[in-house]
Amino acid sequence: MSMVPTLLSVENLSKSYGGVHAVRSVSFQLRAGEILALIGPNGAGKSTCFDMLNGQNVPDSGRINLLGEDTVGRKPRAIWRLGVGRTFQITATFPTMTVRENVQVALVSYGRQLFNLWGSTGNYAREEAGRLLDLVGMGAYAGRPCGELAYGDLKRLELAVALANQPRLLLMDEPTAGMAPRERIELMRLTTRIAREKSIGVLFTEHDMDVVFEHADRILVLNRGSLIAEGSPEEVRGNPQVRAIYLGEGLVYDARHREGAGA
Amino acid sequence: MAFYFVQFLTGLASAASLFLVASGLSIIFGVTRIVNFAHGAFYMLGAYVAFTLTERFSGALGFWGGIVVAALVVAVIGVLVEMVLLRRIYHAPELFQLLATFGLTLMVQDIVVLIWGPDDLLGRRAPGFRGAVDFFGQKIPSYDLFLIALSPIVLGALWLLFQRTRWGVLVRAATQDRDMVAALGVNQKWLFTSVFALGVFLAALGGALQIPRDAVHHALDLRIIVEVFVVVVIGGLGSIIGAFVAAVLVSELNAFGILIFPKISIILVFLVMAVVLIVRPWGLFGRPEAAARRTPGLTVTPWRPLTANERLLSAGALVVAAMLPLVAGNYALTVGSEIAIFVIFAASLHFLMSVGGLASFGHAAYFGLGAYGVAFLAKAAGLPMIVSLLLGPLLGLLGAAVFGFFAVQLSGVYFAMLTLAFAQIVWSIAFQWVAVTGGDNGILGVWPEKWAASPANFYWLSLGIATAAVALLRVIVFSPFGYALRATRDSPLRSEAIGIDGKRVQWTAFVIAGTLAGFAGALFAYLKGSVFPDSLGISLSVDALVMVLLGGVETVSGAVIGAIVFKAASIWLVSQTDLSKLVMGGFIVLIVVAFPKGIVGTLEAIRNRRRSAAAKPVSLNSRVETAE
Repeated sequence: MSMVPTLLSVENLSKSYGGVHAVRSVSFQLRAGEILALIGPNGAGKSTCFDMLNGQNVPDSGRINLLGEDTVGRKPRAIWRLGVGRTFQITATFPTMTVRENVQVALVSYGRQLFNLWGSTGNYAREEAGRLLDLVGMGAYAGRPCGELAYGDLKRLELAVALANQPRLLLMDEPTAGMAPRERIELMRLTTRIAREKSIGVLFTEHDMDVVFEHADRILVLNRGSLIAEGSPEEVRGNPQVRAIYLGEGLVYDARHREGAGA
Repeated sequence: MAFYFVQFLTGLASAASLFLVASGLSIIFGVTRIVNFAHGAFYMLGAYVAFTLTERFSGALGFWGGIVVAALVVAVIGVLVEMVLLRRIYHAPELFQLLATFGLTLMVQDIVVLIWGPDDLLGRRAPGFRGAVDFFGQKIPSYDLFLIALSPIVLGALWLLFQRTRWGVLVRAATQDRDMVAALGVNQKWLFTSVFALGVFLAALGGALQIPRDAVHHALDLRIIVEVFVVVVIGGLGSIIGAFVAAVLVSELNAFGILIFPKISIILVFLVMAVVLIVRPWGLFGRPEAAARRTPGLTVTPWRPLTANERLLSAGALVVAAMLPLVAGNYALTVGSEIAIFVIFAASLHFLMSVGGLASFGHAAYFGLGAYGVAFLAKAAGLPMIVSLLLGPLLGLLGAAVFGFFAVQLSGVYFAMLTLAFAQIVWSIAFQWVAVTGGDNGILGVWPEKWAASPANFYWLSLGIATAAVALLRVIVFSPFGYALRATRDSPLRSEAIGIDGKRVQWTAFVIAGTLAGFAGALFAYLKGSVFPDSLGISLSVDALVMVLLGGVETVSGAVIGAIVFKAASIWLVSQTDLSKLVMGGFIVLIVVAFPKGIVGTLEAIRNRRRSAAAKPVSLNSRVETAE
């Protein structure tokens, strides 16, 4: 594993609001091709942590090294230019455009054509957009108005958009929130497959423990802003502190059991 | 020293009315999320009704009773307006709310002239406050001192009302989360109505209290509403304390600005507003807005470039239009030129509104700047027409670059108010800086050269530029930049996450729209042979908004049709009636309530419905296949 480059390295990241320490001295690393889950109960600091990584929030202290660059204080769009794809908890797409156009806009931006007043967007990188849509299984929907899509399809479209800048790292905030159980499994399988093929690192937050334990290579557990556990699914599952935090939530720990019964 | 102190007190006294009106606007906005453009109209009505009542009833009781009763009467009118009109548009996009309440303002302007006549009315002095107080040789009216004392009292009363009464708690709760309050079983309808009544009462009281200081006339409404917009932008919409502090600030800036820049005192207010917006875009005491509602948003049908048939049709229509000089007389050709000019103007605003999602309420500023640009170049510099025509609009570009930079920092209602305030500032400069702009007398004698002088030639020139402008805008809509602009409008979050610098994209769009408006203004100057401050006025800005709305705000170039229909209809209307504002205002209210998609939008909706009815079985099948 030592040959695999580190994509993201976070050191002593902290953020507080008033007297509340939302995130307290969090450190971790993420390697290329690795699927890393960030979990924790509500209010644990997952979103704050996530927002600081993607530039929507500025940490009080700590360092974020993304692909060799210090990204603290940079805007989300600048971080995107470094090669970071992003999906949101509640999908953010362009409802007045078609599915293909949603991807084309991202490609326009990637090709630095945003201030091109003359060309035709309809023909811009049409094949590339089609390839990305095929990759997420949305090729047949390319001409549809995005506003008509079902929620699960919007999530897949977002994934295609997030892949448009050929990212090295994907940041996915609750990728399966609001989806039916079957769609969750499909979306995460798709994500895992793409990440493995293209050697993309994935960091995701998630509430569904089935998804986490089935797909993550490694898991970070946050509680009250601090990292309390880190390790493989087996290690985290066996951690008594994690059990203590999660017991009240009626968590299904044994993903293998579910696998046998479900898929 | 005493002089400056008295100047300071005069400023404080002026702040009283401004605070009353601004706090009313803020309270209404906090709960209903409507920026009530008609607030200035209620202020003016308060002044007129108070004038009548205080003339009718004598004595101190008659005067003070008259003031309060006037405010109550206007509040009752406000309640009727809320129940009949606003309840229908609470869920409409904010642009529609602003326009509907502006339509109301237009109607009130004609109604007060019908009732009270066009002349200025001088009200009675306030009993008990007739004299002046001597202050180290400087005199200050005792009524001013009364007003100075009044604002903190009103502020305190409002504070008590909101902190100590059950109703106040409900209002504060609704300001934070009105859906939650509704879910708790509060009757929202009456909460909204009562809040609106209070806001209107404050506005009318502000107007009524002005009658001993100022003449009552039928242009009071726009004057106050612009100042109020500036106040709430500085203070923060929804904050009463913000309204108080900003009202004092703006009034003092006005009071001392006169001493520093006697001709263009408004510049000082503008500078302060610009600084506040850079440091705190949501105002001194306001809170950052939650994601603004999208301005267009009635349908989500993706736009398409014209099909071959539609291109043919447009080319045919253009050929027909180009043949007009063969059949029409000079008057019709002049009207035709004017329509072509307004097509450019409306299309440029339409681009900003539909594609950019930025509803500017002050687009006339750039039209007027283009017109003045031409007038300066042609008259003062004596440049040939073709050079002036090309360079004049650069003044519009410059204005759009400066104001647009600040305006795009905001969105939604703040954007609308700020663009309106900017336009009004440009208007004031044109109006007050007589040495350069000629003030109210304008700049005369801007005639086209021989080659363009005949009505037919000028018509062809206008038609040609209009065609080029509309075609250019369509190209831009479907260019990568156009998509980046739409992306920023559709989802600021997503566009930022795919590397789009939304503010820069919107700023560029603002400059493009402003420059094209400048071309329209430049042509307009040559058409009329003169330039007046009216070419920068609010009513021209609103005309453009109505053209866009009439054509269909969600279409690609509906404004072209909107401009043709609106301009032709309004030229006809002015020739038919003296009450054109009343008719126009009613017309605006009617489109907003009954016809929000506009002409082209409605046609497209019908076509889409037919098409999807015919195509439905096929698309259902394909969907099932891909799902499997």
